[in-house]
Amino acid sequence: MADVLERVTKIIVDRLGVEESEVKLEASFKDDLGADSLDVVELVMELEDEFDMEISDDDAEKIATVGDAVNYIQAKQ
Amino acid sequence: MKLERKIALVTGASRGIGREIALGLAKQGADVVVNYSGSEDRANQVVAEIKELGRNAIAVQCDVSNSESVANMVKATIDTFGKLDILVNNAGITKDNLLMRMKEEEWDDVININLKGVFLCTKAVTRQMMKQRSGRIINISSIVGVSGNPGQANYVAAKSGVIGLTKTTAKELSSRGITVNAIAPGFITTDMTDKLTEDVKDQMLKQIPLARFGEPEDIANVVVFLASEDSKYMTGQTLHVDGGMLM
Repeated sequence: MADVLERVTKIIVDRLGVEESEVKLEASFKDDLGADSLDVVELVMELEDEFDMEISDDDAEKIATVGDAVNYIQAKQ
Repeated sequence: MKLERKIALVTGASRGIGREIALGLAKQGADVVVNYSGSEDRANQVVAEIKELGRNAIAVQCDVSNSESVANMVKATIDTFGKLDILVNNAGITKDNLLMRMKEEEWDDVININLKGVFLCTKAVTRQMMKQRSGRIINISSIVGVSGNPGQANYVAAKSGVIGLTKTTAKELSSRGITVNAIAPGFITTDMTDKLTEDVKDQMLKQIPLARFGEPEDIANVVVFLASEDSKYMTGQTLHVDGGMLM
């Protein structure tokens, strides 16, 4: 858990230019972290690379918060 | 040279305008993926000519209206060259008929290759270009996509659709350093236009202020411009390359 969250957080901080303290599990990419639709697409792409997995378009559309991303990755691993 | 170390993918590059585009890009230093649908020998010929220019090239068979086939083509491009800088959506077919006589199949075939194909290829390369934070997408539309043309409801709808797709893609990807522009060729001498009767050709010639038909090279030159740094402040545009036929 910690490891996945840590890696996800690092990607979000790098990509969206937010503070690490803002990256909470309940934080919404669009509403809380200032991401636009394209940013979210890119985040998903980077998560795919980081965790060496494919996230289908259908699944990607359901990832709205940091927690969604972490849970999804953990369930797939 | 304007395109040194660039990697280009040109669909429908075994003959006609596509062939000339592939060669034109290679002359400016790009390595080229030569996509073809059926004409393997002619595609290999284009590859050989590009290699004679000192550039690298591969021929890849792909039906641009099939998403799996397109994904494999883009994968082959990245596996071979490691990146992709320029996509030219050129593949196209015609199945002309008057609207009242046009079969549903004729409509579907042309829309699938000429419009859906552009969507699928663009979607497939976007991931790579977004990662690179740069890319050039050049869509070959047609002047009839702007003006309309009797007997070509399917072709005109597709080519007009490509112009709208160009504008939308340009807006979606501009923040990632990717530009998307279209070219609307007029009457260009190719296999596709050789099918027209002399009467039709004479009629068309009268409407061209520059008083001649275009050559595939006339289109390739504009593709090179849109693929190069020279056009870096342009996106979402449709350039008419038609001898002044439509103003």
